[in-house]
Amino acid sequence: MSFYGLVDGTEKSLTNFLDQLSGVDQVGAESRAAMLATRSIKTTSKKWAIDTAISMVDLTTLEGADTPGKVRALCSKAVRPDPTDPTVPSVGAVCVYNDMVKIARTHLDAIGGTHVPVAAVSTAFPSGRASMEVKIQDTQDAINAGAAEIDMVIDRGAFLAGKYGLVFDEIVKIREVCGDRAHLKVIFETGELVTYDNVRKASYLAMLAGADFIKTSTGKVAPAATPPVVLVMLEAVRDFYTLTQRRIGVKPAGGIRTTKDAVKQLVLVNETAGPDWLTPDLFRIGASALLNDLLMQRMKMSDGYYASPHYVTID
Amino acid sequence: MATKRESRVEVKKTYKLYINGAFPRSESGRVFEVTSKNGSFIANPALASRKDLRDAVTAARAAQSGWAKATAYNRGQILYRIAEMLEGRAEQFQSEVALTGQVTPAKAKAIVEQAIDRWVWYAGWSDKLQALSGATNPVAGPYFNFTISEPLGVVAIASSDSFIDFIDAVAAAIVSGNSSVVLVPGALAVPAMSFAEVLATSDLPAGVINILTGSLDELAPWAASHMDIDGLDISGIAKKQHGALKEAGAENLKRIHAFGPDQTPSRILAFMESKTVWHSVGV
Amino acid sequence: MTFEYAPAPESRAIVTIKPKYGHFINGSFVAGKKHFPSINPATEEVLSQIALGGVSDVDKAVLAAQKAYTKTWSKLSGKERGKYLYRIARILQERSREFAVLETLDNGKPIRETRDIDIPLVAAHFFYHAGWADKLDYAGLGHSPQPYGVAGQIIPWNFPLLMLAWKVAPALATGNTVVLKPAETTSLTALLFAEVCQQAELPDGVVNIVTGDGSTGAAIVNHPGIHKIAFTGSTEVGKKIARAISATDKKATLELGGKGANIVFDDAPVDETVEGIVNGIFFNQGHVCCAGSRLILQESIADEIIDKLKVRMAKIRVGDPLDKNTDLGAINSKEQLVKIKELSAIGDVEGAERWSPQCNLSDKGFWFAPTIFTGVTQAHRIAREEIFGPVLSVLTFRTPQEGIDKANNTPFGLSAGIWSEKGSRIFWASQHLKAGVIWANTFNKFDPASPFGGYKESGWGREGGKHGLAAYLKTGKETGAK
Repeated sequence: MSFYGLVDGTEKSLTNFLDQLSGVDQVGAESRAAMLATRSIKTTSKKWAIDTAISMVDLTTLEGADTPGKVRALCSKAVRPDPTDPTVPSVGAVCVYNDMVKIARTHLDAIGGTHVPVAAVSTAFPSGRASMEVKIQDTQDAINAGAAEIDMVIDRGAFLAGKYGLVFDEIVKIREVCGDRAHLKVIFETGELVTYDNVRKASYLAMLAGADFIKTSTGKVAPAATPPVVLVMLEAVRDFYTLTQRRIGVKPAGGIRTTKDAVKQLVLVNETAGPDWLTPDLFRIGASALLNDLLMQRMKMSDGYYASPHYVTID
Repeated sequence: MATKRESRVEVKKTYKLYINGAFPRSESGRVFEVTSKNGSFIANPALASRKDLRDAVTAARAAQSGWAKATAYNRGQILYRIAEMLEGRAEQFQSEVALTGQVTPAKAKAIVEQAIDRWVWYAGWSDKLQALSGATNPVAGPYFNFTISEPLGVVAIASSDSFIDFIDAVAAAIVSGNSSVVLVPGALAVPAMSFAEVLATSDLPAGVINILTGSLDELAPWAASHMDIDGLDISGIAKKQHGALKEAGAENLKRIHAFGPDQTPSRILAFMESKTVWHSVGV
Repeated sequence: MTFEYAPAPESRAIVTIKPKYGHFINGSFVAGKKHFPSINPATEEVLSQIALGGVSDVDKAVLAAQKAYTKTWSKLSGKERGKYLYRIARILQERSREFAVLETLDNGKPIRETRDIDIPLVAAHFFYHAGWADKLDYAGLGHSPQPYGVAGQIIPWNFPLLMLAWKVAPALATGNTVVLKPAETTSLTALLFAEVCQQAELPDGVVNIVTGDGSTGAAIVNHPGIHKIAFTGSTEVGKKIARAISATDKKATLELGGKGANIVFDDAPVDETVEGIVNGIFFNQGHVCCAGSRLILQESIADEIIDKLKVRMAKIRVGDPLDKNTDLGAINSKEQLVKIKELSAIGDVEGAERWSPQCNLSDKGFWFAPTIFTGVTQAHRIAREEIFGPVLSVLTFRTPQEGIDKANNTPFGLSAGIWSEKGSRIFWASQHLKAGVIWANTFNKFDPASPFGGYKESGWGREGGKHGLAAYLKTGKETGAK
């Protein structure tokens, strides 16, 4: 493992690297995010943004009460979000717990959704509190069942206790398990990390350890994907590309409910990491209710009047 | 036969308490009667109980940190808007003050105008207090040393039966970022609850001001001994009862004050705490 | 994949501009005699004809202001004066969109800035000062401090309505009446403000607005009925005023030019620092007296900051000021554009290295791309002279003391910025910097409660906060007692 030649795999080398990162000024980061939120995206650019956002949604169900029926309904919606309008793109992925992966994959394939990957949350999601053996098994089960993407959680307890090596090693191990069968998203649970300095550190830690995507939250804890948090993560992937020539993806998840929220995220990407990241290969939005709001706004763009929830499917 | 023109039957107001932005009845179900000078019935305001006080303090505590975090500008704006709404309802307040305060309409008009102007005066202090009470201190060493004043927390007010005193006490308590529980005696309940209606339709966050109508003889001692009240304004209580209240308040070292009728920033500062910070200065 | 932002223009329909304006004297609009055009610097379209105030117009205005002072304004209690100011603040808030659009049309600055920064601050200034009107005993100036009477106020074109607010609000709160001259190229929001005074039922003559050019301003400065002058503008004109009143007992506050140093230490929060640098010199097209126009970088971090700065500058959207997504608007006038171009050309000649991102600039209107010069030293004119445009001069330093010395090595002393995550260093630097306004880990932040003004040739006196009241109130010496 070369870790891009930037660290040598020891905790000492990692800690040195993380310590020399610049700090983040909270007021400055928040005001930059707030300024970008004033961008006015209208007409043709709004149409483009809506369709792009739809194609980036990781349509998610992560409930204890999930059943095969619920998952199949989600998959149908993922492939054809609006049954009356075939021009609506499919979503970026379907995201479920690992014991639902097989059901999801089978159903997607049966309804013409072979192009929609299944992402599985893993490593004792959402808390991450379990043994490494359990986390590895969790991941392997998901991949064997057909998951092409793994969304793992970091050990926040270890991170906050300063045990960066432990956090790093876990990511490295899960990356190994994924091999070339699945891409790895690493979830920070930014609401628990709290400070932007921690978000920056976690971003570099995860990227060095082999993440393909860095992800804000499990969606179970608020605050989740706030604009300043996503800004800091986009700055990290931008700078990491300068260092390594490798582009890492970003996935905000949780709290993005309206088209306005989604468009703000795309603006953040556009003016921070840059237009190269405006593709589902490098930017995803973890959401469920968002999709219907995107559809209703899409209807308004084409019909010219405001839509009603009656005209979108509940699942 | 010509139809007799009916005289219209008025829709009379029911008087409740004002807690956390809503209007609940007293949990005790008690009321007391307010009558006019000639004994005719005006209203049955709620007679607040100890549990009502407990609920009001809980609401005040929950609301206080958000109110203190608002910018001084924002608090000043909200208080000023309340003044705009008081002005809009001036006639209503004048007739209530005249009726319940047993003063002439002309005197009531003067009282209400003065009360509104005083409220505006206090509103204007929110972003100027630090210019008065803050300081940077020239300590003998390489330190940047500054003092700022912060709001105390939850302030209970035992109001006198004067509308102006009521307005002064409330404005002075909350402009700096405290929240309050106001104990309102007797006939003042009537204009005080109209004031509560103004608050409920203003931008003031729920719980920043809570109003309990009833008997100060009951409510004041309960407030004095409540351990989650930080400050107590006893301007409305007779001097001979101050001792007992201060003794009860000593249990959590409440800041207890009584004020005269003048408008003064001291009334605001009395319910604030000052914090001094040292920061080393060096390259 | 590119994300192009479709045009998002703010509508002009909200504002009505008259084809011709007179002066606002004694509560009404009075016709002017001669007029000159006011244009939209983004399109060169003529917006209106503005009256050129002469000596007699100024005289009428001063008489109206004096009469209003003796007969009405000085007789009102502070409490009542304050209520007029509250009314003005509230009406400005109600009409804020209208004012924002008008300011953008007349000045050339982006609607996002007028909407989100200028106009809200304008209302805030009136609101803040309204509350001082009946609290002057607590301003630290003794018991019952007295106003001067009539204040003559001359304001610049870079923040037209905001500079009006900075002048009028404290003057009125302290009990003075006002004769104000807006800048030649930006009179329209001042004239609309006159309507607000009427809507607020401000007594006639308390605020008077006389439009015109430098000669109009001179007439105000020289008028025997004005004992208190407030001027914001260039250092050159400020010195003229100081000379003009030197043999009189007239008092003046002057808010003049600057060459603000933005000092970046090697422990600065890098991304937010880059934002702060951009804000410091490109906000308001760099037409800011307190702009961070000298970037003073610790040498060890210089390359990283400059690289990131260039990437960030490439994202600055230059274009139609009425488009909500525009970041950098038009240069206010042809004259100013010529000055910016001349000084930039000098920068080239002096050997500094110029860089701008690619910009498509319209050939109608006055435009200048955001520009940095690296390799600048103190011995360059572009490090010493105020360019007053979107041009940043970049210098380096080795040690903290050297950074401070370079920052202070200027006849100006208006503003400075400090970027560091070390608190003790920030306080140390702020103690050593000779600047009236110092921003740490931020820049270009204004608040009515925060005093503003400069050391040395950046002017006399402060505006805003408790300190700003002093300019409009007589202390013991000035009451005329011998």
